[in-house]
Amino acid sequence: MGSTNSTLSKIPNAGDLMQETGFSPAHIVRLYDRYKALDKDKKGHLCPQDFGAIKELAMNPISDRIIGAFFSSGQEVLDFPSFVRILAHFRPVDKNRPKDPNSPEHINSRSNKLKFIFQLYDQDKDGKISRQELLQVLRTMLEKQVTEEQLESIADRTIQEADLDRDDAISFDEFRKSMEKVNIEHKMSIRFLR
Amino acid sequence: MAPYSQLSFLLTVLLIFGALCVTSKVQIQSSSERQSASSNTGSTGESTSNSSASITTVPIVTWKWHHVETPYLVALWILVCWLCKLMAQLNSKLKSFFPESALLIISGFILGGIVWGADKAQTFKLVPRNFFYFLLPQIILDTGYFMPNKLFFSNLGAILVHAVIGTCWNAAAVGISLWGCYLGGAMGNLQIGLLQFLLFGSLLAAVDPVAVIAVFEEVHVNEVLFIWVFGESLLNDGVTVVLYNVFDAFVSLGGEKINAGEIIKGIVSFFVVAFGGSLIGVVFAILISLLTKYTGKVQIIEAGFIFVLGYLSYLTAEMLSLSAILSVTFCGVCCQKYVNANMDEKSVTAVRYAMKVFANGSETMIFVFLGVTAIDTDIWVWNTGFILLTLLFVLVYRFMGVFFLTWILNRYRLVPIELIDQIVMSFGGLRGAVAYGLAASLDETRIKEKNLMITTTLIVVYFTVILQGLTMKPLVKWLKVKRVSPTELKLIEKVNNRAFEHILAAMEDISGRIGDNWWTRGWKRFEDTYITWFLMKPEARKNRDYLFSIFHKLNLEDAINYVTEAEKRGSLAFLNQTDGTIVNFEKKLRFSGVMPDIMSELDFGNNNVQPTSVIQDTVPSVSLNIHEHEMKRMNEDFNAHHLLQQHLYRSRKNHRHKYSRSNFSINQSEDEVQEIFQRTMRSRLESFKSAKMGVTPAKKITKHPKKDPNHKMSNGKTTDKSKKHPYGDEDFEFSEADSAYSGDGGATGGSSQRRGTYTMGAGVENPAFMPEMDTPPPPWVTEAEADTSVAPSQGAQRYLPWSPRNLHRLAPLRISDRSTDSFLMADAPATEESSEESPQQPSQRDGTHM
Repeated sequence: MGSTNSTLSKIPNAGDLMQETGFSPAHIVRLYDRYKALDKDKKGHLCPQDFGAIKELAMNPISDRIIGAFFSSGQEVLDFPSFVRILAHFRPVDKNRPKDPNSPEHINSRSNKLKFIFQLYDQDKDGKISRQELLQVLRTMLEKQVTEEQLESIADRTIQEADLDRDDAISFDEFRKSMEKVNIEHKMSIRFLR
Repeated sequence: MAPYSQLSFLLTVLLIFGALCVTSKVQIQSSSERQSASSNTGSTGESTSNSSASITTVPIVTWKWHHVETPYLVALWILVCWLCKLMAQLNSKLKSFFPESALLIISGFILGGIVWGADKAQTFKLVPRNFFYFLLPQIILDTGYFMPNKLFFSNLGAILVHAVIGTCWNAAAVGISLWGCYLGGAMGNLQIGLLQFLLFGSLLAAVDPVAVIAVFEEVHVNEVLFIWVFGESLLNDGVTVVLYNVFDAFVSLGGEKINAGEIIKGIVSFFVVAFGGSLIGVVFAILISLLTKYTGKVQIIEAGFIFVLGYLSYLTAEMLSLSAILSVTFCGVCCQKYVNANMDEKSVTAVRYAMKVFANGSETMIFVFLGVTAIDTDIWVWNTGFILLTLLFVLVYRFMGVFFLTWILNRYRLVPIELIDQIVMSFGGLRGAVAYGLAASLDETRIKEKNLMITTTLIVVYFTVILQGLTMKPLVKWLKVKRVSPTELKLIEKVNNRAFEHILAAMEDISGRIGDNWWTRGWKRFEDTYITWFLMKPEARKNRDYLFSIFHKLNLEDAINYVTEAEKRGSLAFLNQTDGTIVNFEKKLRFSGVMPDIMSELDFGNNNVQPTSVIQDTVPSVSLNIHEHEMKRMNEDFNAHHLLQQHLYRSRKNHRHKYSRSNFSINQSEDEVQEIFQRTMRSRLESFKSAKMGVTPAKKITKHPKKDPNHKMSNGKTTDKSKKHPYGDEDFEFSEADSAYSGDGGATGGSSQRRGTYTMGAGVENPAFMPEMDTPPPPWVTEAEADTSVAPSQGAQRYLPWSPRNLHRLAPLRISDRSTDSFLMADAPATEESSEESPQQPSQRDGTHM
């Protein structure tokens, strides 16, 4: 534990980060180690290539999207706070954490989790998942045997289910409504090692 | 309600009659043969004593009771038990607050009373041997086979902790506490030692899957809670039996011979028995999966292999003195996926239904016999202290065990189990027939107080099943336990679920943690590369994509919904009409997701499109492909096909069955098809002509209604065909796919003929009467439609009220696998048929059944 504190002091703004994300000191230290390990050339930030070097991630069909989510702001570098902030989306929702009425919602709240997924679909950032965007994701996620025609009909149907205003695209509100029954808090959470 | 109460009254009479039959037979039996009177229902014994000693003349008819005695009694009891279940189901008022299992036990009391009243002794009781060899295996196989695998394996750790540690804790705590109380003098003078108490504790430790499922499926708790209780109850049965055997060995060894070495041996044997049993189950699962790769050649008995091998896995484990329950559980759990992929869909359906029939059937019998057994003066030994203390300890330690273990588990869980769920879980610790079976198989020479133990076990069972079962529903309501919400399957959810899995796995990779998602993914990859290659047919391996199959399933559901909706309006012929129905149509579009592609092409407003062209256009676009590729994959589809078929071809089906042992198909001669077809054509042409020739509409009003139902009734197919063109894709598809099925099964003449008629229908018939649609809708159409709404679909309408709902229940991943009861009832003809399909198999089983 002594080492935790000493490492923690090396991380800039660790306190604010913990406040913001809800990670414990041990989490932060652990993530910092990981961050350093990913940063192979010791350049002090991460770039998409660093993520691409993760072997298991390369086998993930939607890895490009996910990596893209880390660099959503358009820049090619990722510093530690942003790294932690993204990962904080996936912290389990804890009930006992006091909710500060002044502060915005926690990063790991339901709607933020949803927003994260939504952004994965919505590549052109127009606030809507168009048919084309959905098709792209589906194409990467479905196996090869599924033909293009079938893909399209799946996409059509998916949009139809969610599309309330019949503009042939899914807005975030529609997306949230269609996922109402899904236990997002549970499904979009991983346990971070202490 | 009136018809129900009438029916239930009738059944009561029937039931009493049946019970009297049973007892009167017994009286005959007992008067003639005193010594075999004590033998009971299940004894497969040799009671075929020769009654005809010498014949003086050739008898024409003889009374051969002793030849049929045993099987006759068995069959009669089965019938009586099942009638009890039917009664329990029919009394909807009673059922709303009484769990079915409790009702069955109570009717068992009544039946036992009747038998006792007639015989002055209990001649029927649940014998452990029959219970463990003939009643239990199919129930366990059923639960294993229908286990929601993903849920089960993702909670396996927690389930194992509860099943192993929790059970040991219960056994030890109850045993030791009772012993302590005994030493303290709370129960008078008994010939019973610590080991016996521990043995008793171990047999009472098991939460009974039969009782738990029976109660919990009526309550519909959330899925995690369900799988915890259910999985625990299933696995801890195995654990209990093992524990029981270990303590039994200790008891027979005698207290003074037990040293550290023996105890260690006991612990080792515990693990060997448990894991060995599971291993046997997995081996048999692999065997089944491999076998089903090739059984397509003997499709008609294909389904039987599952049952035979499943039963063999039970017996093999029993033979090797490993845990039979665990063996058959894991056999079912492991083989289900591959079996479903390998076998023909018909066989899959047959397995499903047959499994449910056996499992529900024997479950019913177990409960009834638990009740019957109680009415016996021989076993009742009262010892207030012992009984009450046992009840108390069983309840209290269950609570303590669950709370403690969940507290530990919660520290490692993403989403902790809440206090309310823990209460329900503890309260769901129902004891059942396994405990009784174990108690009844105690050895009286070594355990002097066997009867007291049986009495206590029975009281614990009644207390937990009846009282706790009774209060469970109010408790769940009162505590506001998270229920499972009946959701409709949505494609978007499924798509996103898949996306979540990928995202989570990616996040674990990025944050450098090897977690659950890593394991599941690793297993999936391993399974995809090696196991499926080994255990699945090449055809089945193709197109296994999950999302796609969901999509397909949804499409099918929509199609069926569409048909049923339309049938409510009388017939699908309304699609031929123009203006009036368009509004309806658009309304339907909302729920029929795929249809729009087709519909937009169809342009119903004009109705000018040639139907043939429509068929040609739309079929390849969506549905035909799906069917070509996916036919093997979809398990549920068969149900869908079945339903459709029932709606459409009912009249034909009822009459023309040809008996063949190896082929099950509806035969119909070519001539008949031709005849029906021509008659249709003629009537169609006539009506068309008269419409065209400008006969006054008034005349037709009188004329047509007579004709229309007439030709519709004459054969189911006409309705089908007239429905076909406007949304020909689905309809056409099902029939086509259906004939392809039977072609698969063994290329029957009937199926190829049917296929012939279809193409013919599509080609010939349509031009003949499609012009009718060009003409403005004649006034009689509406009237005719109103008429047909009664005529052709009466049979279908009988099924209408529940068919759409059923389909919804079919579709989602089934969590409570027993909850198909109502579904089974609703779809009764399907059950009949699947049992008809394999006439040999059930009869064989029945022979060995008891």
